Amino acid sequence: MTALVKLFRATAFKLTLAILGLSAVGAALVLGVVAWQVVTLIDDETRQTIEAEAKGLAEQYDVGGVRRLGAIVEARSRQPGSSLYLLTDSAGEPLAGNVAQLPPGVLDRAGVVDTPYETSDESASGRRALARIFLLPGGFHLLVGRDLSDRARIGAVMIRAMAVSLAFFAALAALGALFVARRVLRRIDAMNLSARAIMAGDMTRRLPVSGSDDELDRLARGLNEMLARIADLMAGMREVSDNIAHDLRTPLTRLRNHAEEALRGDADPAATRAALERTIEESDGLIRIFNALLMIARAEAGADSAGMSAFDVGETVASVAELYEPLAEEYGVALEVEAARGLTIVGNRELIGQAVANLIDNAVKYGAGEAKEPPATGKAKIAVTARRDGENVRIEVADHGPGIPAADRARAIDRFVRLEGARSRPGSGLGLSLAAAVMRMHGGAVRLDDNAPGLKVAVTLPAGAPAPPALPSPPAKAAA
Amino acid sequence: MSPMRILIIEDDRDAAAYLVKAFREAGHSVDHAADGVGGYDLAQEGGYDVAIVDRMLPKMDGLALIGALRAQKIETPALILSALGQVDDRVKGLRAGGDDYLAKPYAFSELLARVEALARRRPKGAPEETQYRLGDLTLDRLSHKVTRAGEEIALQPREFRLLEYLLQNAGKVVTRTMLLERVWDYHFDPQTNVIDVHVSRLRAKIDRDFDAPMLHTVRGAGYMIRDGAR
Repeated sequence: MTALVKLFRATAFKLTLAILGLSAVGAALVLGVVAWQVVTLIDDETRQTIEAEAKGLAEQYDVGGVRRLGAIVEARSRQPGSSLYLLTDSAGEPLAGNVAQLPPGVLDRAGVVDTPYETSDESASGRRALARIFLLPGGFHLLVGRDLSDRARIGAVMIRAMAVSLAFFAALAALGALFVARRVLRRIDAMNLSARAIMAGDMTRRLPVSGSDDELDRLARGLNEMLARIADLMAGMREVSDNIAHDLRTPLTRLRNHAEEALRGDADPAATRAALERTIEESDGLIRIFNALLMIARAEAGADSAGMSAFDVGETVASVAELYEPLAEEYGVALEVEAARGLTIVGNRELIGQAVANLIDNAVKYGAGEAKEPPATGKAKIAVTARRDGENVRIEVADHGPGIPAADRARAIDRFVRLEGARSRPGSGLGLSLAAAVMRMHGGAVRLDDNAPGLKVAVTLPAGAPAPPALPSPPAKAAA
Repeated sequence: MSPMRILIIEDDRDAAAYLVKAFREAGHSVDHAADGVGGYDLAQEGGYDVAIVDRMLPKMDGLALIGALRAQKIETPALILSALGQVDDRVKGLRAGGDDYLAKPYAFSELLARVEALARRRPKGAPEETQYRLGDLTLDRLSHKVTRAGEEIALQPREFRLLEYLLQNAGKVVTRTMLLERVWDYHFDPQTNVIDVHVSRLRAKIDRDFDAPMLHTVRGAGYMIRDGAR
């Protein structure tokens, strides 16, 4: 029952019915017009025939008067056909002809009439005729007409055709509507089912696509792409919360330990103070991690126009490198900067600056020491370059440190990932992911390459783009 | 530092009480308003050296409040405190008429340094000084020359800007983030204390060969340049 109600309520059902209803009305109209035309044609021909006969009879009358007319009428009345004749005297008594009876008063109406009549033949009653009545001198009436059975028959055929075609249309409408509605409903029900499964938590489910590439398929495909994007974001969120739970536990524990140490009664004031200072340092570190996470989340969510402006990336790279230059020297690394100017892009200067800073910071921290073989020059080098590369701006930070094994490079960009050998050093593991998120937000990309030896981080940014995409690009493969 | 009159507009009671107490301990006089309208009324009366405005306030939003004050030609320097710490929020805050922006959570030392820096900013339109002098140290902005006790000290352009900013705020604490903002024009987290390295380079140039050090590190806060002889 509910299935039937659903079927009748379906838009497809109503639409199909409406369209077929309209077609039926159209067909009826066409048939109606044709019928009317045919009837008019028959009438015209009838009239012409009557006129011709009347003319002939008039000639006979002129020659031989009423007597001759009576004889001719009598003769013609006996011939088979649809011609009708009636000659009456002044009292209305029939003198000759094949019309037995007429409604009273018809004979007094001169001109063409459409009237019922009876013949002497009993078998055919209820006939109609188109007739012309002439008044002859001496009170005689002459009726010349033609039987209209042909016209009536054609009319009946037309009406039957209309009825049959309407019945046919109605049946077709009902069947078509049922078929279309059921077909569409079945697909929509399938989509609904998938949607419910997805809502229930199965994020791997996708809406069915029939492969016919119709509007429902396109809708399903669009929604599937959206689902894939949502699933990606959700996976990202889950990963972040997992990582937060996992990686913030350690600094939080340290924070708590320092606070407890400060509270211990027997500690001397200097120790208490030191413990409190460490507490603050630890919480500052936590705040930095949160800020970095927030910034990554923001960058991944898309660009906010408030911070966007056109600026020279070359200048940014040079000034950030300059900021790090003394630090690099402390680490015993030479920072070689080669930044072209006029590399204008539209973006968030602060975020790009932060990203470049993170890359240089990483290079200084991890690219300096622990190289298996120190470079021949005796001093580690970090090359920072910014230049135009076709349509793009290319920024490279290349060090001669231990580098990252090829297998680990993709992972190194993930949040909180701190590869072997880096765990003992300061850092949150967020630097590269933040840089990558910022570059993606600007429509660019980050690549890690072998600098043989060392690590080369290459960033490409679309140059002079009028506006970066509002969203990071959707995943390459859409669920089919 | 001469005492300042500070207006704190903050709806969080604990945070406000802490700020009032801390600024009083630092020797300043403080008024507090717990919502936007009350804060606007107090600020309109004028006479404050600095207003500290929380961004999200009941009755009147912090940015709207500053906008309304600026529309009335009340130019009391305003520092916006906000739980939103992203770059865009800073841009919006400064665009609305704020003079400085600090994201929560912040260190009080950072807030104090910024508030003091705001209060002694030269009024808008006043001519910039062409020369700073502190004890036997002089910095000439026109000739880009720095001398100490008559001896010329060669500085890199960035070191010059750093010293210039420190001298503008002589006798006051400037924090690392203030230096990064004012000298490098960046508001981001540089991960490592890169500023410390720059300051120690500068210190090596202006203090190393002289008896009285001028550039001091203030623990847990930042740096301060002052005349060591006094």
